[in-house]
Amino acid sequence: MIGRFLFSTMDKRGHVFLALVAAIGLAVPLANLLVPAGSPFHVSTATMSLWGKYLCYALLAISLDLVWGYCGILSLGHGAFFALGGYAMGMYLMRQIGSRGVYGNPILPDFMVFLNWQELPWYWWGFSSFPFAMLMVLLVPGLLAFVFGWFAFRSRVTGVYLSIITQALTYALLLAFFRNDMGFGGNNGLTDFKDIIGFNVQAQGTRAALFATTCTMLAAGFLIARGIVGSKLGKVVIAIRDAESRTRFLGYRVDRFKLFVFTVSACMAGVAGALYVPQVGIINPSEFAPANSIETVIWVAVGGRGTLVGAALGAVVVNWAKTMFTSGLMAPYWLFALGALFVLVTLFMPKGILGTVQGWWEKRRKPEAVPAAEPAPAE
Amino acid sequence: MNAPVPGALTSSLLYLDGVSVSFDGFKAIRGLSLTIEPGEMRAIIGPNGAGKTTMMDIITGKTRPDEGTVMFAGSVDLTRLDEAAIANLGIGRKFQKPTVFDFHSIEDNILLALKSKRSVLKTLFWQTQAAQQKRIDEILGIIKLADKRDRLAGSLSHGQKQWLEIGMLLAQDPRLLLVDEPAAGMTDGETAQTAALLKAIARDHSVIVVEHDMGFIRELGVKVTVLHEGAVLAEGPLDQVSANERVVEVYLGR
Amino acid sequence: MRFFSFLRLLAIVVALLAAPAAALAQSADDAFARFSADSFSDTARAIDILVQGAHPNAGVIIEALADGRLLAGGGTVAVKTKEGGFLDARTGQALAAAPTGLSPVRLNNNVRRAVQGALGSLGLINPDPGKRVAAAEAVFRARDVSVLPVLEAAIAKESNDRARRALREAQAAILIAKTDAPPFDRIAAVDVLRERGDQDALATLRALPGDASPGLRDAQARAISDIEGKLALWRAGQNLWYGLSLGSVLLLAAIGLAITFGVMGVINMAHGEMVMLGAYTTFMVQELIRAHAPGLFDWSLAIAIPAAFLVAGAVGIAIERGVIRFLYGRPLETLLATWGISLILQQAVRTAFGPTNREVGAPAFMSGAFELGGLAITWNRLWIIVFAGLVFAALLAILKLTPMGLQMRAVTQNRRMASAMGIRTGRIDALTFGLGSGVAGLAGVALSQIDNVSPNLGQSYIIDSFMVVVFGGVGNLWGTLISAMSLGVANKLLEPYAGAVLGKIALLVFIILFIQKRPRGLFALKGRAVEA
Repeated sequence: MIGRFLFSTMDKRGHVFLALVAAIGLAVPLANLLVPAGSPFHVSTATMSLWGKYLCYALLAISLDLVWGYCGILSLGHGAFFALGGYAMGMYLMRQIGSRGVYGNPILPDFMVFLNWQELPWYWWGFSSFPFAMLMVLLVPGLLAFVFGWFAFRSRVTGVYLSIITQALTYALLLAFFRNDMGFGGNNGLTDFKDIIGFNVQAQGTRAALFATTCTMLAAGFLIARGIVGSKLGKVVIAIRDAESRTRFLGYRVDRFKLFVFTVSACMAGVAGALYVPQVGIINPSEFAPANSIETVIWVAVGGRGTLVGAALGAVVVNWAKTMFTSGLMAPYWLFALGALFVLVTLFMPKGILGTVQGWWEKRRKPEAVPAAEPAPAE
Repeated sequence: MNAPVPGALTSSLLYLDGVSVSFDGFKAIRGLSLTIEPGEMRAIIGPNGAGKTTMMDIITGKTRPDEGTVMFAGSVDLTRLDEAAIANLGIGRKFQKPTVFDFHSIEDNILLALKSKRSVLKTLFWQTQAAQQKRIDEILGIIKLADKRDRLAGSLSHGQKQWLEIGMLLAQDPRLLLVDEPAAGMTDGETAQTAALLKAIARDHSVIVVEHDMGFIRELGVKVTVLHEGAVLAEGPLDQVSANERVVEVYLGR
Repeated sequence: MRFFSFLRLLAIVVALLAAPAAALAQSADDAFARFSADSFSDTARAIDILVQGAHPNAGVIIEALADGRLLAGGGTVAVKTKEGGFLDARTGQALAAAPTGLSPVRLNNNVRRAVQGALGSLGLINPDPGKRVAAAEAVFRARDVSVLPVLEAAIAKESNDRARRALREAQAAILIAKTDAPPFDRIAAVDVLRERGDQDALATLRALPGDASPGLRDAQARAISDIEGKLALWRAGQNLWYGLSLGSVLLLAAIGLAITFGVMGVINMAHGEMVMLGAYTTFMVQELIRAHAPGLFDWSLAIAIPAAFLVAGAVGIAIERGVIRFLYGRPLETLLATWGISLILQQAVRTAFGPTNREVGAPAFMSGAFELGGLAITWNRLWIIVFAGLVFAALLAILKLTPMGLQMRAVTQNRRMASAMGIRTGRIDALTFGLGSGVAGLAGVALSQIDNVSPNLGQSYIIDSFMVVVFGGVGNLWGTLISAMSLGVANKLLEPYAGAVLGKIALLVFIILFIQKRPRGLFALKGRAVEA
């Protein structure tokens, strides 16, 4: 049943995407490990980690597209789920440092020793176990999304109101995680990681494995999202996006459907965050900044909302452009470019790269099938 | 005049008594009482602001009445339920402005409406059974959209959307249908077809039709309730009602 | 035997009586020698000698000591004046050349206390009542028992009520700690301190020595709880004031948004940047005034107000005409596009003015503070509250009383109908948005007085502003007012218990939960119109 669920509704675009991700997931680590450094086909570890970061963002973008593109929930707080997943992974990695920290305390991470803490706070218990930490990567963002969504969707907070309170949510978490006495390293966050399941985080082989894992998770995330939107539930969710009250009058409990999609999406964002942390080497409260979450939205918008593949594409393209911009002379102009991107995409390319291309394609094939109306605003 | 004898409570499909609701001091519905029997088709008319749409909102759970009783099938208190629960009880609604899912194909619109378990997991792992597919095809035939089944609903004309919505109502297979201005924006031919369709539906469903078009009402040939300022002004066959002096007054003004 | 003992007693009495006279005789020379000794205890003693000997230059010398301008060495003592000249401490005559071989007399806390006490007792007989009060305050803090006789003499002569009260309080502060004072006097002193009822009185009462009798202890305990109660009340009042002040800031930041978001339904994420532009306009106006007309500096804010309104308003109109009007009916897209605009504006300002904070000066009437009972009120906060009130009233008047306001309301309620009646809806949209943005610019003028003027200024207010508008109920100016004030006050009342950050988090969580309960805010419209 699961197999049928995952693959029965796959379209051509999805197959191309999966093949591409699989190819990258195999080729890049091999080009890093086996091709000698001098060869033009060699991929440096730094480049691989950079692209690993992009792919984590791609997974985050897919998770956001699932709620925004298909369900009309514009979350301006998805960065919070990403960061929570990242913190769960960071806590595991902190515990793996053991007595190799600056203060050499076998139990307490350095920042706790520095704050004169005597024992590990209860919410750090269990994070030395990898399976437990991975469970938390899913559970913590999922639970937050569930509780938040439970209240929000039941009382029918929609549209911009929902966007604003999701933003407030991540803002509140930002403030909270900045506090030292929260026990998450305050301003500096968690860093100086050593090992992940016994392997050195810095080692080339580990990096390659992390990259391959990221590709696997991206593919898995895509398959799940694709399975959801291709199912009848996906149709219900799109119906909710376009005519929420009509869907309700058909007898669907709109709040439960939204809650399901929102929670799944948050778990996916959490996984993206968890993969991001060991490849980037740090997690700190700035990941909760509302600006980060909004930037994620623009990746999805650029790639094309409601296409999943487009969201991933947008994340990679925008972040690649950001790296290009900010590493050179153009650095001061990056924010101009990003700002202009927001404006131009919403004004001239509301369907994003993929949506626009698809629109041309469909128009050429069967011009009458494209509805005249824009999607109804989700309010 | 509508106060039913206590025994009728159980036999009525829909029973409204003394229902009132106000918005910011404006009384949209004041002491409305109405009963619909199983299998009955009822036309509701009334000038703008008479409270027709608000009455539908109350029945379908969109608006909570300030006071009054709203009972379905003799025993279910509709004022305690939300829209989805009421829909699942078997009350279907067609809106004044046709609302279909523009970005779904016509067939998917019907599929979404098709009577089935509405839970999250059931829809996630949904497989359309042969009998269900047959029913969908049947409905597409009834509403004459079978050849366009793969087109997006957003590309339909106004009249076709009205029909699609009626088709969705059929797919829901409700015990009571609330139909708000089904003939609005239709050509005469389409109006006549719609009336015929509704009459066919009314053979095995209870139907409430809200309509402005007197020709359409005449075509239906059913008992008429006239609403005015949120209460029932007159009730009876169309000829009798349209001869009622107060009704004439309300419609034409003094 | 008895005779001898009598003689001995007599001798002691004589010696005791003679001691002050002897001190006077040795007087100044001894004191100046002690200043040169470079020992803290000698310096303190020297101060006492000068005061008790009523040396004519004592005031000048001790003041110089307090400022580190007293130079001593080898028995010579000189005062360096504030202007940079030098005086002979002994005679008060100006010295022709800078004395050599002298080094500044050093101070420690003990010496400082002696200086305080000395200045106090010298000031107690100053002809200016204000100076006398200040001197009494100094004595109050120093609690130097040796000043007591001077103090009592001063009280006897004092005719000014305020000065007498200050002197009595100083006396009480000394008496309460004086273990050999009559118990009755000490209890009376407790009462005087209770009357005074501030933090200093509390500290003095708490410092009661351990010898106190049960009666005195009792009076002390009652006085302390009395004062604590009163202080708590004032503290609450002070927090309320801070809350109102924060509320007025929130109101200023949010009220423009109440127009663009509340009335027009436009999600303007660049609203904070309009505030920032207002603040930078203030900065520019002040720079121009500094460069060309320094005399007008006190008027700089008055000039900046229309300038900021026009700059922010013009930018707002440009944004509306250039971007937002293509996105009406698509709130989420508007949100994204305006966020992009906010990034561009921030970066533009960063490029033009640099990323660091810019200094915006405060005109004379905005600086300083005054006390109202137990409240410390700064003028800038007070003026900002007044300003917020004026802006609110003006906006209300524009919306309710002017033809433009009427047209605005018409357009927002039914665009097509308004258009059919000959209202140029596009123009009204632009003007409304310009008004909201201009008001944000006004907020920037006020915020430049209390916050850092940096490109990020707007960012810190945008979330708060949305919270205020949403909490108050969209489309309701009064709701915005009440919401801003209650959020401001709640924030400041929470702060003492939860800390600033936790208090803010608590409020955010509260609003998030509140919106779930009442999605349309405190003062929401009800009915079919809003649900459509």
